[in-house]
Amino acid sequence: MSVDAAELRRLAPRVLAAVVRRGADFGTADDAVQQAMVRALSAWETAPPKDPEAWLVTVAWRAFIDITRSDAARRNREARVDAEPPAGPSVAADDTLQLYFLCAHPELTTSSAVALTLRAVGGLTTAQIAQAYLVPEATMAQRISRAKRTIADHGLAGPGDLATVMRTLYLVFNEGYSGDIDLAAEAIRLTRQLAFLADHPEVDGLLSLMLLHHARRFSRTRPDGQIVALAEQDRTQWDTDLIAEGVDILQAALARQQVGNYQCQAAIAALHADAQHFEDTDWPQIVGWYDELLTYTDTPIVRLNRVVAIGQANGPRAGLAALEDIPHHVPRRDAVAAHLHERDGALELAAALYASAARSAPNVAERNHQTRQAARLNALIRHEG
Amino acid sequence: MAKYLLLKHYRGAPAPPNDVPADQWAPGEWDAHVRYMGEFAAKLQRSGEFVTEHALSPDGVWVRSDGPDRPPVTDGPFAETKDLIAGFMIIDVDSDERALELAAELSAAPGAGGVPIQEWLELRPLLSPLPVISE
Repeated sequence: MSVDAAELRRLAPRVLAAVVRRGADFGTADDAVQQAMVRALSAWETAPPKDPEAWLVTVAWRAFIDITRSDAARRNREARVDAEPPAGPSVAADDTLQLYFLCAHPELTTSSAVALTLRAVGGLTTAQIAQAYLVPEATMAQRISRAKRTIADHGLAGPGDLATVMRTLYLVFNEGYSGDIDLAAEAIRLTRQLAFLADHPEVDGLLSLMLLHHARRFSRTRPDGQIVALAEQDRTQWDTDLIAEGVDILQAALARQQVGNYQCQAAIAALHADAQHFEDTDWPQIVGWYDELLTYTDTPIVRLNRVVAIGQANGPRAGLAALEDIPHHVPRRDAVAAHLHERDGALELAAALYASAARSAPNVAERNHQTRQAARLNALIRHEG
Repeated sequence: MAKYLLLKHYRGAPAPPNDVPADQWAPGEWDAHVRYMGEFAAKLQRSGEFVTEHALSPDGVWVRSDGPDRPPVTDGPFAETKDLIAGFMIIDVDSDERALELAAELSAAPGAGGVPIQEWLELRPLLSPLPVISE
């Protein structure tokens, strides 16, 4: 029988919480749980346990004792832990929630919080996380052990910060679909669990946002990685079940009347998902949600996205007027300007702006997309001229 | 979380404050320089910011296709005036500021008289993956 790796990963934070609850320090407990999970992968092939969680807790606890003993031997002092796990109460949901807070500790850098969350809460191995972020395994191992030391030094005072947890999961989601590990799917899994543990409409908003974007993943790019613009996406490829779930979660969250950043972003995504055709998109309402979003998150990127919506709602001239307020250094400004000028009929200017957008693109897919746009317009200009 | 390429040049970079060629350094100063570079890389490994590094041979040629079924065309060795890259390091850091800070630290490797060379390094961001959320 092959071992269900997803089930194993689902159990990882519960097992870690149980080992910590029995008195282990977080850093060593995390190493011990990783060892137990590696053991499970081979041991369960031949002898699947009746109670996988209890099996993992027992094996992880023994691993914790082994690690502690060898550390203690190195330091030439007595081991201070019992060989058998003390009977502890079963793991409470609060313990797992506490792990989320620890892994997104405000003292950690974002990359450390991401790595630690994926490992301790997500149950991924260091090698898998390293592969997902394209760094050597040794580097990722160091990043994780430094993060653990930071946590050990600072501890967790107070109730924990849900905002940093949400930001960490958002970053994991946005990292996307490269590599063997589907980070977007992993972020959704962890955010689902967080929504269950922490009753907060913004967590629901974040989950909804992820589901609504995930629903469109197969239409966003061609198999070779080429970007497909929203207007040209094949909407029959959109996952209607995920959209329905995302919309339901969002509506329930909005009904609680504590709107925030993620609920606004999800509302915008829902309005896109709701349109059968690009032409059916309710752009005025999207502009309204951008106005609301600005009251929570006033960044140049949000302002630029609002300009795109204005251009669709009120025409390219209105969009270009709104664009005047966006500073020139804002990423993707040239791409937005190019699109607005093209719709306004200024093809040569648009072509030059697409070329400029290609030069300043933050990733290869966008660079290629903007280069194709520039080439398309230049061919059109030559043909007409 | 962004990756940057640090490029060290044999030739082509602006002259640094401590501009003495390595073959003019006192005995031991080259070793101190190499040790500094090694310790810098080791520090980045410990901090979880190291991706890769490599020194490059100055030997190299221009090469291009000359059409199907024809051997590649080469041109070289490189002329003395050419911009020449000596080696590279890739780092993975949390901010642009951090990348600049690390580049400056690497640039301060000791040269003649044990004084920091303060050589000019080229810092180039790697293009990132396509983010999921774009609108």
